[in-house]
Amino acid sequence: MSTFVLLTITGLGLGAMYFLIASGLSLIYGLMGVLNFAHGAFITVGSYGTWWAETHLFDGIDSTLWRFVASAVFGLVMGAIVAALVELVLIRPLYARHIEQVLVTVGLQLAFIALITGIWGPDPKTFDVPPWLHETTDVAGAHIPNDRWIEILVAAVVLVLLQLFLRRTRYGLIIRAGVENRAMVQALGIDVRKAFTLVFVIGGVAAALAGVLSGVYFNDVSPDQGTSLLIFAFIVVVIGGLGSIGGSAVAAIVVALVQQYTNYYGSAGMGDMVVVLLLGIVLLARPRGFAGAVVGGRA
Amino acid sequence: MSRRRLIADWIWPLVVFVLLALVPALHFSIPKLFDQPVSSPGTLALLASCLVFGGLALTYDVQFGFTGLMSFGHALYVALGVYLSNIAITDWHWSFWPSILFTVGVSLVVANVLGFVSLRVTGIAFAMVTLAFAQAGAVLALKDPHHWTHGEEGLGADYTKLPHVFVGIVNTKNLYWLALAFLAFVFFVVRWAVESSPGRVWQAIRENEQRVEVLGMRPRTYKLQSFVLSSTLAAIGGIVYMLLYNGSTLGVTQPTFTLTLLLMVVIGGAGSRWGAVLGGILYTYLNDRLTAIGSSSAVGGLPHVLRTPLEQPLFLLGVIFILIVVFLPGGLAGLVSRGRPTGLRRLEEAVRPGGSEGGAPEPQETA
Repeated sequence: MSTFVLLTITGLGLGAMYFLIASGLSLIYGLMGVLNFAHGAFITVGSYGTWWAETHLFDGIDSTLWRFVASAVFGLVMGAIVAALVELVLIRPLYARHIEQVLVTVGLQLAFIALITGIWGPDPKTFDVPPWLHETTDVAGAHIPNDRWIEILVAAVVLVLLQLFLRRTRYGLIIRAGVENRAMVQALGIDVRKAFTLVFVIGGVAAALAGVLSGVYFNDVSPDQGTSLLIFAFIVVVIGGLGSIGGSAVAAIVVALVQQYTNYYGSAGMGDMVVVLLLGIVLLARPRGFAGAVVGGRA
Repeated sequence: MSRRRLIADWIWPLVVFVLLALVPALHFSIPKLFDQPVSSPGTLALLASCLVFGGLALTYDVQFGFTGLMSFGHALYVALGVYLSNIAITDWHWSFWPSILFTVGVSLVVANVLGFVSLRVTGIAFAMVTLAFAQAGAVLALKDPHHWTHGEEGLGADYTKLPHVFVGIVNTKNLYWLALAFLAFVFFVVRWAVESSPGRVWQAIRENEQRVEVLGMRPRTYKLQSFVLSSTLAAIGGIVYMLLYNGSTLGVTQPTFTLTLLLMVVIGGAGSRWGAVLGGILYTYLNDRLTAIGSSSAVGGLPHVLRTPLEQPLFLLGVIFILIVVFLPGGLAGLVSRGRPTGLRRLEEAVRPGGSEGGAPEPQETA
C-alpha cells in the first residue's frame, strides 16, 4: 500500500512536468498550427538559467530558499525572453508556412542543445535546492519526498491560472476563439499576431518552469534532459487532444501514472512501452484524442 | 519515355556512380579536403559513411519530400536494420544471408503495422506518433530486456559470421563499394517508384490530399505504400550501416538521428533525388570535418565566445539549416531546378484525358 501511494504521488509529480510542457505545446499548436520542437530548448533555458543564476548571479544570497527562488524567477524570465524572440524572429517571418515553421524549431532545438553542450559540457549539473525539498513526509506509511508536493502544487496553480486567463480575460477569449477558427477571428478585425507572441511567451514560461522542476525532481540538469521530457509531452498532447488544456492535464496524469505503475510492477522500461501502446490504442479508437471532439479536426 | 528523361534519370546517374566506383583507385591526396590520401582506409571510411547517409537521406525523402509525410520516427527502421541483422548474426549465431533476409522481412511487417496505425492521423499528429513509436524502439534497445542489444555498451558484430570481404581495415574499399551499391540501389528504386503511377499519386498527395480524394483515390493506401517502401529501404541501409561500423550502437535509435536525416533532406532539397543525396553526403562530410576544424589550432587561438560554437558541428549545421529554411526554400537543389510541372497537374492530366483546361484553380504550393 505504501509503495502504491509513493508511486502515485511520484507519478503525479512527473505528470505535473508533462502537463507544464504539454499545455504550452497544445496552445501553440491549437492557435498557430506549429509543432514547437524548440519547446525542448525552453525547458533547457529554464533549468540552465536557474542553475547559472544560482552559481554565478545570486551566489551572494545566504538563504538557500531565497537563492533558489530568485534563481528560478531568473530562469523563468529567460524562458519568456527566449520564447518571445523565437516567435518574433523565426516563426513570424514564416507565417502560414507550417512545415517550414516546424523545421525551423527543429533546427533551433538541435543547435541550442549543441550550444549548451559546447558551453557547459555534456555532464549533469547539480541543482542546489532548499534542503527541505529532499526530506520526506509520511503519508499512509509511505515516505514521500517533499519536492513532489511542490511539483504538483505548481502545476495545479498553473492549470487554474491558465483556465482563468483563457475564460475570464479578453486575450483568453481571443486565444480560445483563435483555436476554434483563426480565420474568423481575423475577419472580425482582431490582430491575432499579438496572441501568437503571447501564447509563445506563456508556453515558454511554462516550459521553463518544467525545466526548473525537472532539476528539482532529478536533482541535476543536463543538456538533453529537455528532449526526453519533450517526447512524452508530445504523447500527452496527442492523447489529450491538440489544443485542449483540460485534455492535456488529464492525459498528463494518465500517462505519468501508467508509466510509474508499469515501470515498478512490470519491468524497467516497460512503462514507456505501455505509454506508446496507449497512444496507439487512443489513435485507433479516437484519432482526435480525449478532448478532440471539442476542439475540432485540425489534427 | 522521352530520350532526354532517359538520359537525365538513368544514364547520368549511372555515369556518376561508375565514376564514384573508381575513387578507391585514386592514390593521391587532396589537401584541405581530406587528411589522408583518397585511397587510404581512413578517407574511404569517411566517404563510405557519406554515401550511406546519402542513401538514407533519400529513403527519408521518399515519404517526406515526395509524399509530404513528415515522420519523426525514421530512425526506428534504420535501427531495425542495424540491430536486428546484428542480433541474428551475433546473438543467435545465424549465418549471414538468412539474417539479412529475416531483417528485411521483419522490417516490412513492422513498417506495415506501424504505418497502418500512424496513418490514422495526418500532419503534425503523424509526426508525433511516429516519434513515439521510434522512442519505444529506443527504450527497448536501451533497456535490453532479452540481453540482445547490450544497452549502452552496444553490440559488436561477430566478425567470423560476416562475409570476409567486409571484415578488416584492408577491406575498407569493399565497404566503400558496398555503400556505393546501396546508394545506387536506393537511387534507382526511388526513381522507378516515384515515376510509377502510385508514385505520381504520392506527389499529388503532397500537394493537395483533398483533391486526390475527390479524384476517387484513397490517399491512405498510397501513403502506406510510400511509408513502407521508405522504411524498408531504410532498414536495408541500416544493415549496410552495421557492416560499415562493425556493430550496433544506440545512436541510431535516438530521435536526433531522424532529425539529422530531416536536416540533410531539407538542406539538399526535399522532393529531389539528387538534392537529398547531396544533402546527406554534404552533411556527413561537414559533420566530420567541422569536428576536425573545431579541434584544430586555428580555432583554438580564437576567443572563448567564438571558439565554443565552432567546436560544435551540430550547432553550425543547425544554423545553416535554419538559414536554408528561411532564405532558400527548396534547398540546394532549388537553386538548380525551378518550374517543373507539379505532380498534381500531371496526375489530373492522366485521369482526364482531355487535359486540365477545366478551369480549376491552380493548387497552392504547400510542400
